[in-house]
Amino acid sequence: MDLSAISPVLLLAALMVAATPILLAAIGELVVERAGVLNLGVEGMMITGAICGFITAVATGSPMLGFVGAALGGAALSLLFGVLTQYLLSNQVATGLALTLFGIGLASLLGQGYVGVRAPSVPKLDIPVLSDLPWLGPILFRHDIIVYLGLAIVAAVWWFLRHSRGGLVLRAVGENHEAAHALGYHVTRVRMAAIAFGGACAGLGGAYLSLVRVPQWTEGVTAGAGWIALAIVVFASWRPGRLVVGAFLFGGITVLQLNLQAARVQIPVEVLSMSPYIVTIVALVALSARKGRGSAAPGSLGQSFHAAR
Amino acid sequence: MKRRTLLATGASAAVAAAMGMPVRAEGHEPLKVGFIYIGPVGDGGWTYQHDQGRLAVEEHFGDAVETIYQENVPESADAERAITQMVLSGADLIFTTSFGYMDATNTVAGKFPDVKFEHATGYRRDHPNVSTYDARFYEGRAVIGHIAGKMTKTNKIGYIASFPIPEVIQGINSSFLHAKKVNPDVEMVVIWAYTWFDPAKEADAAKAMIEQGVDVILQHTDSTAPQAAAAEAGNVFTFGQASDMAAFKPSPRIASIIDNWNPYYIKRVQDVIDGTWESGHSWGGMAEGEVVIGEITDAVPADVKAEAEAMIAAITAGEYHPFTGPINKQDGTPFLAEGEVATDLQLVQMDFYLEGMLGDIPS
Amino acid sequence: MIRLEKRPQPSKVWTWATPVLAVVATMIFGGLMFALLGKDPVLAIRTIFYDPLFGEFSSYSRPQLLVKAGPLILIATGLAMGFRAGIWNIGAEGQYIIGAVFAASVGLAAYPAESVLIFPAMVIAGAVGGTLWAMIPAVLRVKFGTNEILVSLMLVYVAENILAYAALGPLRNPDGMGFPGSRNLSQYPSAANLDLIPGTGMHWGVVAALIAVIFGYILLSRHILGFQIRLAGQAPRAAAFSGVNPGRLVLICMGIAGALAGLAGMFEVAGPAGRISIDFNVGYGFTAIIVAFLGRLHPVGILLAGLLMALTYIGGEVAQLTLGLPVAAIQLFQGMLLFFLLAVDVLTNYSLRWSGREVA
Repeated sequence: MDLSAISPVLLLAALMVAATPILLAAIGELVVERAGVLNLGVEGMMITGAICGFITAVATGSPMLGFVGAALGGAALSLLFGVLTQYLLSNQVATGLALTLFGIGLASLLGQGYVGVRAPSVPKLDIPVLSDLPWLGPILFRHDIIVYLGLAIVAAVWWFLRHSRGGLVLRAVGENHEAAHALGYHVTRVRMAAIAFGGACAGLGGAYLSLVRVPQWTEGVTAGAGWIALAIVVFASWRPGRLVVGAFLFGGITVLQLNLQAARVQIPVEVLSMSPYIVTIVALVALSARKGRGSAAPGSLGQSFHAAR
Repeated sequence: MKRRTLLATGASAAVAAAMGMPVRAEGHEPLKVGFIYIGPVGDGGWTYQHDQGRLAVEEHFGDAVETIYQENVPESADAERAITQMVLSGADLIFTTSFGYMDATNTVAGKFPDVKFEHATGYRRDHPNVSTYDARFYEGRAVIGHIAGKMTKTNKIGYIASFPIPEVIQGINSSFLHAKKVNPDVEMVVIWAYTWFDPAKEADAAKAMIEQGVDVILQHTDSTAPQAAAAEAGNVFTFGQASDMAAFKPSPRIASIIDNWNPYYIKRVQDVIDGTWESGHSWGGMAEGEVVIGEITDAVPADVKAEAEAMIAAITAGEYHPFTGPINKQDGTPFLAEGEVATDLQLVQMDFYLEGMLGDIPS
Repeated sequence: MIRLEKRPQPSKVWTWATPVLAVVATMIFGGLMFALLGKDPVLAIRTIFYDPLFGEFSSYSRPQLLVKAGPLILIATGLAMGFRAGIWNIGAEGQYIIGAVFAASVGLAAYPAESVLIFPAMVIAGAVGGTLWAMIPAVLRVKFGTNEILVSLMLVYVAENILAYAALGPLRNPDGMGFPGSRNLSQYPSAANLDLIPGTGMHWGVVAALIAVIFGYILLSRHILGFQIRLAGQAPRAAAFSGVNPGRLVLICMGIAGALAGLAGMFEVAGPAGRISIDFNVGYGFTAIIVAFLGRLHPVGILLAGLLMALTYIGGEVAQLTLGLPVAAIQLFQGMLLFFLLAVDVLTNYSLRWSGREVA
């Protein structure tokens, strides 16, 4: 055992990167769920974003355009879910699962011919002065721009939900769509916008894997990250701030586990791998117990809305 | 021999007719060769290399052979059905390319004695129409272990391992042994990823190693994520795994260990055509061309490259076995005496580290 | 502007017509996709939908339909009870895994003894395992009001880790050369779940699925519990007034779903799959959710939906083999079918109306 080999600074820096794809996908899903929609198709949207971003980046030579392509691809796929659940009132759970199946198939079909291709690399920012700070420099200021974009989106969502009128409407729609409708808000339109935003964010998260983290196109490149993103939203009890903690925790457990192994610490891998999920359940129980009967989930989560008049 | 009674039922008359088809006796119909894959052909690693083998068969035999394949076949009930359906659609020879197909392959083989089966990496041959085959990856690991021992400056070599099974442990031991021969101070850092393929996890594993001072990484998982992590870190070297991973040449990828099934597949198809196919276990290595070291790039000093090439030549010629005594186990007890060479049985049962390795194999 | 008007009663005609409509639409769009991929669309559709049933080798693939559909129907029937009552157990995959692990543990503990009691003991263990796993979200919902969708989903990941631990550790085959995975239960006569009539695909799991469908039908249409379930789903408040205990209903519905999922896992591990391995679960628990909805949460509908789903799997495999279609195209095709089936369901419960202006 040699714990001294683990550098906390580098560990935290690695965490920032490991957390980014799931953070991106989760913040999108958070907005969707706050609008009262449960889209279980995150994995499908992520992998579609991963291949759309990859194809765009290879075709244009620009990784940034790749991310734009990924967001568009993810959003386009999510609108399929949106039309089905919002206009045709299909069940959200079943439609989300079907979306995952569809997305995985679509991505691998699109990706034929891109195996083994190397995409243009995403530059690191290395912010001058700040990146040379001891401790904080490597942890915070030596990443690629998408890491900061992810955090910026989280901050923007936090502000939007908390301080903007649009955020108020969105929350109202999610908490009680009948009441929101009665107040004259366009429940369906708000939800469609939220779903598209969620798809775009999931697409970005997927592209972060295929363009930065791995970076290559291989089938199954997301390897279940979309499901983890769903877990984080719950863990965070639908709050953007806690979402960051959750993404770091979930991303961090794997990183920590691998670091401990490299330092030859004997650890039960399975116990460590399942611990974030158990923590999530405990957090959920604590939240719902404190609030009495009502849980922390948005009131209308998962329910179809149809204006009766 | 246990024969399930599929044929005994009236409902299976069509099945019987199908399996009785004397496809090759006619002499005109092409030989139909089937492949069952665990992953997608686009995985860029294990399945990709098997599919390259299939394409090589097509190219070599032209119209004399027709190939079919099924990808993403889970190692569950689906495997047995996929193999059976392949038989029913007229396959004469079927390669099942993952360890988990072992039971399914043998079960189906019992029902269709006229069809030949080849199961990769397994050990069960319940019927005379089943063969098993594998490749001596540890031979290649010896070569890249040698290069790794020479290239490391921090004297820390990383090994991203998949599952604690003999094949993987052979690879760790072989590379460690040869790294240590050229660099007595070397130590090996092993991370068990418990997956054959999970790009994000492999990237994290590589990063964790690099942060702890590892500057050469070997991998027994199939994605290129560790290569990318090494490229990003700089001054870290890697080796391609399963496929050449040429996109990361000339550095960090300084060489690669390639699974090359082409010669074996071509040979076995030829055997069936000639009527000389027999059940057996094939464990080919460098001599058979099944384990190939990909281009050693110029990032490797010329003398090291020459040594590596000499080792490849010696192993290929059968003059050198990577596990030649004296070798002790991790606990200090003798494994091989002076000049003694490990038997195949000793290798396939290898469940211990060699002397000098730190840490334990998870159990 | 088209708008939807809720029907007072679901349309009987559309209940039967919509699945046909969806399948036809899928054939058209799927055929287009196959044509784009350079394959004969008619041949591809025929291979997927017709050949497994009546094609050259259908005597083999028809029984396989049962093998594939069995666990889907068994799980979906249990899930549908809860879904009808507004109880959202989406963690059947986890309950399926735990059922299999429990059952395999019992079977492997008895190995190599031969006794007629082993198989029944495994059946019980499977049902108990699945039920216990389902009781976690059920009890948490009843006691603390915790959202069962999310807890049951989280528990799938926990179950997957338990499965990996079991396959690598305690249940690992001691004669397996160190490879992960247990002994093959289907080759252990006392524990094996083989075809009851060889070559038909009819193993105990398929029988259990059929029994579940019949019981589910009787329960929902004839039994007081079925009435309570339907009432709780359609009018929770009315249900409360009429004396339905919502907590009890949650426990019963989740318990039934868990037990059936656990049973499905047991029959699978003792029969078609044969062994506990890291990749033992292939998503039946999630696919069953889709099957439950495709079957309109009705046991008979689920029976048909499960068979249809199995048909696309088997037909898809045949199409891969004979036409060289990539598996991705098959997945996309299945996705399309699901989307169309979900989409057209709107016609059952709503009628289309033209209206001049938009009603906000």
